[in-house]
Amino acid sequence: MATQQTQGLARGLLSPAVGLLFVWMIVPLAMTIYFSTLRYSLLDPGAETFIGLDNFRYFLTDPAFLASLLNTLVLVGAVLAITIVLGVPLALLLDQPMIGRNIVRLMVIAPFFVMPTVSALVWKNLLLHPVSGLLAWLSTLVGVTPIDWFNDAPMLAVILIVAWQWLPFATLILLTALQSQDEEQKEAAEMDGAGAFSTFFHLTLPHLARPITVVILIETIFLLTVFAEIFVTTGGGPGLQTTNIAFMIYSQALIQYDVGSASAGGLVAVVIANILAFFLVRIVGRNLET
Amino acid sequence: MARRVSPTRIVVSTVAAWACGLLIFFPILWMVLASFKTELEAFAIPPSFLFFEWTTENYITVQTRSDYFHHAMNSIVIAGGSTIIAALIAVPAAWSMAFAPTRRTKDILLWMLSTKMMPAVGVLVPIYLIFKNLDLLDTRVGLVAILCLGNLPIVVWMLFTYFKEIPRDILEAARMDGATVERELIYVLTPMAIPGIASTLLLNLILAWNEAFWTLNLSTSQAAPLTVFIASYSSPEGLFWAKLSAASTMAIAPILVLGWFSQRQLVRGLTFGAVK
Amino acid sequence: MGQITLQSVHKSFGPLNIIKDANLDIEDGSFVVFVGPSGCGKTTLLRLIAGLEDVTSGQILIDGRNVVNVPPAKRGLSMVFQSYALYPHMSVRGNIAFGLKMAGMPRPEIDRKVEAAAATLNLTSYLDRKPRELSGGQRQRVAIGRAIVREPKAFLFDEPLSNLDAALRVQMRMEVTRLQKQLATTAIYVTHDQVEAMTMADRIVVLNAGRVEQYGTPLELYDRPVNLFVAGFIGSPKMNFVSGLPASLHGAATIGIRPEHLRVVGDGEGWPGRVSVAEHLGSDTFLYVDAAELGLLTVRGLGEVHLKGGDRVWLSPDPARLHRFDKEGVAIRP
Repeated sequence: MATQQTQGLARGLLSPAVGLLFVWMIVPLAMTIYFSTLRYSLLDPGAETFIGLDNFRYFLTDPAFLASLLNTLVLVGAVLAITIVLGVPLALLLDQPMIGRNIVRLMVIAPFFVMPTVSALVWKNLLLHPVSGLLAWLSTLVGVTPIDWFNDAPMLAVILIVAWQWLPFATLILLTALQSQDEEQKEAAEMDGAGAFSTFFHLTLPHLARPITVVILIETIFLLTVFAEIFVTTGGGPGLQTTNIAFMIYSQALIQYDVGSASAGGLVAVVIANILAFFLVRIVGRNLET
Repeated sequence: MARRVSPTRIVVSTVAAWACGLLIFFPILWMVLASFKTELEAFAIPPSFLFFEWTTENYITVQTRSDYFHHAMNSIVIAGGSTIIAALIAVPAAWSMAFAPTRRTKDILLWMLSTKMMPAVGVLVPIYLIFKNLDLLDTRVGLVAILCLGNLPIVVWMLFTYFKEIPRDILEAARMDGATVERELIYVLTPMAIPGIASTLLLNLILAWNEAFWTLNLSTSQAAPLTVFIASYSSPEGLFWAKLSAASTMAIAPILVLGWFSQRQLVRGLTFGAVK
Repeated sequence: MGQITLQSVHKSFGPLNIIKDANLDIEDGSFVVFVGPSGCGKTTLLRLIAGLEDVTSGQILIDGRNVVNVPPAKRGLSMVFQSYALYPHMSVRGNIAFGLKMAGMPRPEIDRKVEAAAATLNLTSYLDRKPRELSGGQRQRVAIGRAIVREPKAFLFDEPLSNLDAALRVQMRMEVTRLQKQLATTAIYVTHDQVEAMTMADRIVVLNAGRVEQYGTPLELYDRPVNLFVAGFIGSPKMNFVSGLPASLHGAATIGIRPEHLRVVGDGEGWPGRVSVAEHLGSDTFLYVDAAELGLLTVRGLGEVHLKGGDRVWLSPDPARLHRFDKEGVAIRP
């Protein structure tokens, strides 16, 4: 296929996608950079003035920034830990011979297809409500005072919801990876006298290392910008307890109408995401032989 | 290579897996049950699991009293439209990268991937302002454009990995058989690529249907899809659990069905081919 | 008609020279095999002729017309791929008919030709199956059917038998040769298997590192290899090479003796050695003899030779079948 005729045609077919993505990436980014150097409030349009890096100084020294950065890290870290720690055994379990595996698979994957606003509201009301929620009823059954999740442990509640949404993703990827593991390799290990545990630690876990890395990186990219779950449950509160970077930027832009500061925050988010993206792109690129 | 597995082991893993599966699925199940309860029963403590008076009243109320269909239509137009447009742009691009790769192909692919990693919130402000100035806020056109661009890299990538698996030999055979490029596309490539294209579209449809950052920020009522409609139940005055459950069930049911069909492709799509 | 001529054909991928100055004259109706180790450029050379790759420089003439700028579809050639490259979504009938359909042939004529090709290849009862429902040998036949039905100027075969098991390979080898003779169509066949080359070819092209080392009939290559590479590549088991004193006695840097031209002789008459392994095949006996400073020599004895590992033997080459090579590895001819 590597003849000249096809090369020319190929370039023509590729250019719309490349052009659109280029504009999609460059224009908003350039505008964000530009806005981040302005004093710019939507409440006072036309009064934009250049203030250099003041927005960054303001954003980065804002105590809310530190709090929301911390919240972001806690949210990302906790959800990652939960999904990996539960995902690996769950994937191993689903890889076992059993009756009705396909149905179990469907049940496990289902939460991933639920739109974030639905899962947030179902958890907030039907399950975690301090009076009428199912968990409250279960607590009273065992004689424990029900927790008012969104007041007493709001971050935990958000983590719970987000982890529930992402556990299927981790499990499904790990399961797919497990199913691609070489049967003969496992049989060879068995012939070599390896038991179930040493097989797991010496063959399965190393085999899962790469998919686990992929899960971590992809989940991180999405988890850094968790928004809808916070938007519909806590609105970032109480106080700043569940405000992450994404929500903070949103509230600065569309609640406080401070475009300049929100833009500076947006750039901070871009930088954080790019550091992670760098590693993911390298991993994906390594097994891309064009 | 069928190996004998002891029945005990099957029983143990079956029980354990079903328990885990049910536990994970339970919130959805509970929501579906609540949608068939009356508002009073939905609040009731202790809750009733199966022995309550089943009613479909909520579904009727949601459809008659609120604009459910209006928002469902928005979801269909936005998710469907952005998917189709993305596919129209992505199919030729993926085709050319898979079958006529150049030295830069790999770089282009990875660059496309990196645009997907840019956090949406980083460009929220300019997009919001552009939308505002162009009167695109709360319009279907605006949301179609945004979701289309946002998912374009994933669509290109998925299609690329599928096209890559079509053996070059077969296309060369068609060429030796005298097929022109167009005929090669129509008679050989397309029939072989259809399963891949279909699952790509399906996954993209799911992602667009559930997208809840741009839709929440850029639409309020006119163009608001189901994600936004459901979110409106979070306000205190909207606390009707049974109706919320009915609306939610209707909002996720179609996508759950599609999702179950596409679960295998999901892995490939979301990991950009890094895990198959 | 299908006379193919290559004139100083070069092909490079970036800085890499894959084909260096290839010149060949392939006569109409002949069966020519390109053979060489993997990476020697034989498949690239075939793809250049097919038009699936552009030549960097040089000319390819088909029936006297330069085709380097002609797209593959217009060269009037057909190709059988290593992977068979059958269209998975089409039936056997659809696969065979595809080329004719592309050529815009009327339906009844297509049907007639497909039926005829299927009959020749014993595929008649499989015409409505999909490729995945066929065995390896049957798929191979479909690929051949697809090639012959178009009545091309020449067939191009790219290692078509390498995915078949040994027994089927021998059978298909014969069928392909028989079919080619029957149709009297030029065929170019790429393989890395010198046995296939020797058994099927009218003429063989031995390629090494992008260069045509020798072009001749199988027996020319066997009897008069032009250099060490061809001598070592053609013939099975491989030719023995001996350098040093025994070679200089014959006025050469290296001498080559084929295993079948090395005889076990009476004690004290030739080169001493010890049998390290003896393989008894019934029809032949292969002895691997450790002949001290001469190295490991392979001897092929006709029928059963009663020797076993550890036995002492004396070996003597047939002086008439001795190959002499100079320091550059080029054959010395008297």
